[in-house]
Amino acid sequence: MEMVKGERWITWIIRISGYSSILFVSLILIFLAREGLPALGKVPLGDLFGTRWYPIESYFGIWPLIYGSVLVTVGALLIGIPFGIGTAVYLSELAPAWIKNILKPVIEILAGLPSVVLGFLGIQLVAPSFREFLNLPTGLTAFTGAVLLGFIAIPTIVSISEDALNTVPAMYRQGAMALGANHWQTIWGVTVPAARSGLLTAVMLGVGRAIGETMAVMMVTGNAPVLPSSWNALFLPARTMTATIASEMGEVATGSDHYHVLFFIGIVLFLISLAVNLTASSLALRSKKRAERLLS
Amino acid sequence: MDNSNYAQVSKRKAIVGVNLLRLITFITAVPVIGVIVYIIVRGAPALSWEFLTAMPRDGMRAGGIMPAIVGTFYLAIGTAIFSVPLGVAAGIYIAEYASDNRLTRLVRIAIINLAGIPSVVYGLFGLGLFVLFLNFGTSILAASLTLSIMTLPVIISTTEEALRQVPNSFRVVSTSLGGTRWQTVKNITLPQAMPGVVTGIILGLERAVGETAPIMFTGASFFLPMLPQSPMDATMALPYHIFVISTSVPGMPVQIQYGTVLVLLVFVLGMNVIATVIRNRARARRQW
Repeated sequence: MEMVKGERWITWIIRISGYSSILFVSLILIFLAREGLPALGKVPLGDLFGTRWYPIESYFGIWPLIYGSVLVTVGALLIGIPFGIGTAVYLSELAPAWIKNILKPVIEILAGLPSVVLGFLGIQLVAPSFREFLNLPTGLTAFTGAVLLGFIAIPTIVSISEDALNTVPAMYRQGAMALGANHWQTIWGVTVPAARSGLLTAVMLGVGRAIGETMAVMMVTGNAPVLPSSWNALFLPARTMTATIASEMGEVATGSDHYHVLFFIGIVLFLISLAVNLTASSLALRSKKRAERLLS
Repeated sequence: MDNSNYAQVSKRKAIVGVNLLRLITFITAVPVIGVIVYIIVRGAPALSWEFLTAMPRDGMRAGGIMPAIVGTFYLAIGTAIFSVPLGVAAGIYIAEYASDNRLTRLVRIAIINLAGIPSVVYGLFGLGLFVLFLNFGTSILAASLTLSIMTLPVIISTTEEALRQVPNSFRVVSTSLGGTRWQTVKNITLPQAMPGVVTGIILGLERAVGETAPIMFTGASFFLPMLPQSPMDATMALPYHIFVISTSVPGMPVQIQYGTVLVLLVFVLGMNVIATVIRNRARARRQW
């Protein structure tokens, strides 16, 4: 009897630990709302979604920051998608075992590099060389941020794409080969289309990784919260939502309008990551169900 | 176009395509190896006994980085204290206890979301809950708790995955011998899954050790003249120190910057190597 009693305790501890994730997500939402929603009462909605961010004179328009995040993220995806998926296809479909054994740890190292280290390299190496090659007044631009972010998103895209490609049944490839298709035709005609929802999941999670990235982007994008005035905005300084929170939160007075608005930006980021992750996981679920149906 | 011509064209296409993929992979991988080597070459000359064990001097432009190293240790230990028991228990719950119902699905969605929340949002949350509401102040405690919640999804998912790889027959045998669910977990499945669990813990802590944004407003300090005396003190930490010396200290010697980056990399990549070794050895030894 004594043993059963002890077991009941342990079962409860394990159960509560299991539920704790729900508690933490709720706590995060509650505390972001508690500190961020007062911004709606203090700054008129029209001003909050205005086009000018200049907190010292109480201009709290967050459009330039949203725009900065979107610009840098889109730029990152233009790099991350072809290089991430290309690398995954090469690793899963073509690479001999010895190359895989070298490349997989390299991708893991890239995944493990702290973003502050990438930001440091951005300041020391990437920005100065871009300034020189592209003949820009400063190397600290949205473009530099996008390139770094592309590399930050690549490991996520590679590992999830590779998983997706690996779950494509071998008989698909064998069937294509038997019909006379060569390697390349099999990859683009059969394997990649069969894995497409998994690849889409990979891209979605890459988006999530890129839009939430903070330190590297803050260090190399030049910190200019402005809306674009010309077509070459990618080669001018910009400022993302994440970088704004990180660089200004240290200096604001607790409870000021500025403080509440920074938390409000946090809510926006939370909602974006929520949407991205829910979409990605529902895509992944759908592809899993489809695979089960096809294989049964 | 006759048949042989078509075959030739598609063969040529295949050769171009395959080489393009090779090139893409090459362009992805080479900079990674390149920057690691570059950091080692530029940073190694800065390393010395003094650099690792002395306090910074001269506005951090000389002396050592000891308080940042010690602070990173404290944060790693603090994060482990909170996140390891909770994360492993939660992984056990999902893999061994939870039935497939609505609540379990909600737990899964919560974990997926925790994993996706931007690190700076964790910083805001830590500031709101631990620093201000619970009045811990900017402290090692507040920063460790913030990092713990961020690390949790990594530890939970890897624990779950490691437990799921243990063949079901192990559970069936244990249960048939009269073992309760907890006895089965404690004596059979958890020991079998231990290498995977430990790997997950190390990878989670590796991420925590390298993070800057979550600790910026919860516990990290620009410069402190002495080491933290209790968990309620703020601390210096390697990632934040790198940020500070590479953006906010004019006239900072580049060699010290590379040296500091190298020390952080040794920590982070060292943990990565340890995790890989544990995983590979367990895989080689496993009998199922």
